[in-house]
Amino acid sequence: MSAPTIELKDVGKSFGALEVLRGIDLTVNKSEVVCLIGPSGSGKSTLLRCVNFLESYDVGDIRIEGKLIGYEDRPDGGRSLMRGRALREMRCEIGMVFQHFNLWPHMSALQNVTEPLQRVRGLPAAQANERAMQVLTRVGLADKAPAYPGHLSGGQQQRVAIARALAMQPRLMLFDEPTSALDPELVGEVLEVMRSLASEGMTMLIVTHEMGFAAKVADRIAFLDAGRIVAAGPPRQVFHESQEPRVRQFLQTYHDRNSF
Amino acid sequence: MSLEILWRYAPSLLSGFGVTILCWSVGAAIGLIVGFAIALLQRLRLAPLRWLLRIYIEIIRGTPFLVQLFLLYSGGPFIGLRLEATTAGILGLGIYSSAYFAEAFRAGFSAVPLGQIEAATSIGMTSLDILWRISLPTMLVATLPSIVNLLIILSKETVVLSIITVPELMYQMQTMAAETFTAFTAIFAMAIFYWLLVEAISRVGQRVERRVTAFMTPARAS
Repeated sequence: MSAPTIELKDVGKSFGALEVLRGIDLTVNKSEVVCLIGPSGSGKSTLLRCVNFLESYDVGDIRIEGKLIGYEDRPDGGRSLMRGRALREMRCEIGMVFQHFNLWPHMSALQNVTEPLQRVRGLPAAQANERAMQVLTRVGLADKAPAYPGHLSGGQQQRVAIARALAMQPRLMLFDEPTSALDPELVGEVLEVMRSLASEGMTMLIVTHEMGFAAKVADRIAFLDAGRIVAAGPPRQVFHESQEPRVRQFLQTYHDRNSF
Repeated sequence: MSLEILWRYAPSLLSGFGVTILCWSVGAAIGLIVGFAIALLQRLRLAPLRWLLRIYIEIIRGTPFLVQLFLLYSGGPFIGLRLEATTAGILGLGIYSSAYFAEAFRAGFSAVPLGQIEAATSIGMTSLDILWRISLPTMLVATLPSIVNLLIILSKETVVLSIITVPELMYQMQTMAAETFTAFTAIFAMAIFYWLLVEAISRVGQRVERRVTAFMTPARAS
């Protein structure tokens, strides 16, 4: 059996005296969709950012398809930071989508997608353009290719950001609260793109506050509180059967706020 | 006001204006290049180098331009550096402005949103690509207004060069005033010349700013 796409083993991280991640064990298999939920400050985003080593972790292992990310084992048994090139080679296989889109404002939607194709994948311009148009068409934005990010709505910007990640043909994708910065009526178009990605077998790890989406799309849910996974399992189990008080309280607050 | 005297001195005044433009543009170019290099070098994580550059900036910003100019022109020969007045003037303007440009560029780099850099990092771009393709354009746009401002200030600092006998506009005007006893005419004409120059720089600056920021201004809120 091949190694899981993402495997975290006893991962821990501190900011000074504050322990933000403690003993995290999590596995995401190929084509699985896992949603990380929990109160803000619980460490969800930090955990996600450790997976492509945007954030370093202090202890434990994070493996992508079996390969440790961020560190290299030394012969003396210790580990040292991974060299730049090796890290870049791993990162370009991991697509990431951010809460605030993080498009490059001086490039058109098309250029945002072609830039990494040319710089990282080394594709010639014509091929990069062709592949970029394919993914932009896929997220329903072929007609916006020449537009600059500043001229696009939040939902459109996020779809361009998804296209940028997707064009690299990553092995897995990370989403860091992809709809949290969007007006409510723009959330749907982004979730729809994510849903279709999931149905085509993309491996996805998603930090989200969209419980409805998580319940419908995720294969598994992991609930974080104070840097620990306190409940994990299929959505049904976490949402309806968990006896964990923090989970029940969180879901109750969520229901109260969203009913009127 | 005697326009007739200005007319008579027109050739030397125009050549003075030419020297002013030359000193300003070449001096500014040197300042921009050196300032940019300093800002780049400061980003390397080399503590001793950053320290040295910091000291350079503090010394240049902390002392009057006139003093720097005298040191370069009159003090230079003591260390075997013999410069012609105009060369010393241009070099002086370059050194003086480099410290200010360096600070403007440094501020510009910190104005690049971290998210843009994280997006590039997470997709596997090299630091060099991130610098040139992602940070630099945003940084230059952010820096442009203060660069234009510094260019304007620098254009007026050129009058100081007359003190080390650079034959620029101020020098020619002083010559004219001394020979014809027309101090008021000279000062008034100076004001007009510089005002036109500054006006031209700021017009060009505004135009460039409008062009480069056009695509960054949101057409509508997200």
